Amino acid sequence: MMTNQPQTNQTYTRKIAVRHTAVIAGCSVLLLLSFIISMNTGYTNLAPLDTLRTLFGGGTARENLILFDFRLPRIVVSILVGAGLALSGCIIQGVAKNALADPGLLGINAGAGLMVILYVLFFGTQSFLSVFTLPFLALFGAGVTAVIIYALAFKKEEGVAPLRLILTGVAVQAGISSLTTVLVVKLADTQFDFVATWQAGSIWASNWKFVLALLPWLLLLIPYVLFKARVLDVLNLGDDVAHSLGAAVERERRRLLAAAVALAAACVAVSGSISFVGLIAPHLARRLVGPRHRILLPTCALTGAVLVSAADTAARIILQPSEIPTGIMVAIIGAPYFLYLLMKSR
Amino acid sequence: MKQTTKPAPTAQINKKGRPWAAWLIIVAGSGLLVLLMMFSITRGAAAIPFFAVGDALVRFDAKNTQHLIVLDLRLPRVIASALVGAALAVAGAVMQGTTRNPLADSGLMGLNAGAGFALSICFAFFPRLGYMQLILFSFLGAALGAALVGGIASLRRGGATPMRLVLAGAAVSALLAALSQGIALYFDVAQDIMFWTTGGVAAASWEQIRIMAPWILGALLGSIALARSVSLLSLGQDVAKGLGLNTAVGNGLCFLIVLILAGASVSVVGAVGFVGLIIPHLARYFVGVDYRWVIPSSAVLGALLLVLADLGARTLNPPFETPIGALIGLIGVPCFLYLARQQRMGL
Repeated sequence: MMTNQPQTNQTYTRKIAVRHTAVIAGCSVLLLLSFIISMNTGYTNLAPLDTLRTLFGGGTARENLILFDFRLPRIVVSILVGAGLALSGCIIQGVAKNALADPGLLGINAGAGLMVILYVLFFGTQSFLSVFTLPFLALFGAGVTAVIIYALAFKKEEGVAPLRLILTGVAVQAGISSLTTVLVVKLADTQFDFVATWQAGSIWASNWKFVLALLPWLLLLIPYVLFKARVLDVLNLGDDVAHSLGAAVERERRRLLAAAVALAAACVAVSGSISFVGLIAPHLARRLVGPRHRILLPTCALTGAVLVSAADTAARIILQPSEIPTGIMVAIIGAPYFLYLLMKSR
Repeated sequence: MKQTTKPAPTAQINKKGRPWAAWLIIVAGSGLLVLLMMFSITRGAAAIPFFAVGDALVRFDAKNTQHLIVLDLRLPRVIASALVGAALAVAGAVMQGTTRNPLADSGLMGLNAGAGFALSICFAFFPRLGYMQLILFSFLGAALGAALVGGIASLRRGGATPMRLVLAGAAVSALLAALSQGIALYFDVAQDIMFWTTGGVAAASWEQIRIMAPWILGALLGSIALARSVSLLSLGQDVAKGLGLNTAVGNGLCFLIVLILAGASVSVVGAVGFVGLIIPHLARYFVGVDYRWVIPSSAVLGALLLVLADLGARTLNPPFETPIGALIGLIGVPCFLYLARQQRMGL
């Protein structure tokens, strides 16, 4: 009996490791699959072999245009956005210790949305600059909102307690949404359509410039976040325990939140508000690999990427030639699966 | 004055709250509510002298325009605001208590999203429907949303725990909202729907009140009868069970109450968010965590908030209506922020 104990413990650890590897591998395969399908489908179909030929430089001018100028950037953006939003949601749920927390709660969507509406209200949708200025405006709006929320939730003695952060987030978000409603009522029809589509979340900015705008953020922030996985685990134990384990609770929280906001804001700026990913991807990942952040965070990034890229493909295929905003597809695909998991799990 | 540890569950139930504060809110608040309603009737695009209101009530004259405005437009509107405000607030209080989640409100149960879904279908496919039919459909939609949430959350051994309800609610809401957004964008009716959902109580009629009032009043009474169970459930399912509550029945009844309250209000005013979230927090701040006091206080405070917001909606920019949801946000946000800073929002 006594000698048996370490051994079973070891097999258990091995089992877990195998399971984690399997999950990661499975998600990667899914991502690859959706990547391939997404390259082949759309308004004009490319046969798989043609796609491959084009990819390696042997395509006609038309094939090159479709693949390299339209499809690939869009696929890459959707993967990056999915990973970024999912990670952001995972961090925020960890820091706030609330299963319902998502980037939207820190006012990112609301702040970005307000800036977009203000812009549309004053400059209209026709201005040719808008494609380039909107993401930066959205980023600015989201950043300012996040800082306001943090400042309002901050108290000298105790920093930003999770519950107070959430409640403040909800309140500020509601306030901004109210302002947005007042402004939206004043919009003309075409302006309203533009804003409605943006808010439903559409990956409308799909050229390489936006990949380039998004990539540095993610390349910088994702490694940083993965590096902080242990800190998230410690924070989950509660402030008091975290303190006694030697974590500088408030400083870590601030850094993690800043990272989450930057991730989400960059994504929202490019894709409009795709709100559901940040809520659902962490839940899916947690059901697959459990609560430890070192494995949870990468799984979460993969789940998010699969979700958004699959949804974006579906958004392009269904109802051709018009398009459903990707954010809507994300919810239509993600929600039933989430509900299925919820029903099945113990 | 730093709060370090949470009091033990038993200590919470023993702490009876502050009944005197609750009585003050209920009695003085109700008085204030009546005064505010009367004042509200006199204000609007057409100012009506106070005595004309009394006149209209006592000796109604069908040829007098002022009497007509009072009886046909303002009075139903004010009554509808009060009813809906109370209903939304109590629905929020019951949900927050039973789920122990400070973010729970009726919007999370799939009710608002279900109503919105039904509306978008109506606007897209049956644009000729009358007002009453729209209301009926949005109530059916709300019920559908709630039934989906309740069904999915309880479809497994062990039944619907509060956390599952909230998660299922979030997912179903997202799904239904996405579907209705898609329909709205595809059929180009997004703007129509937005005007409906931000319209508030502007179009409340006697017919609407006749249909909704019995449900809302009945459910309000029911929630007061259930208040003790909500208090017990707010200590956690296990504790509630240990203290002798049949939690399955308790949860089920609370769910039913929330469905009726929120469904009825959503079908009257559309998705007015935030009332169900903020008012229970406010009530707990004043009267403590005993739901026998929280629920009636929430009802009074919710009614006050909505009557006030409706008054603002009519008078800020006459003859145009300001969206009532926006006003509630602007009134509510500062209070809520203050409460969040005080951290006396214990559930």
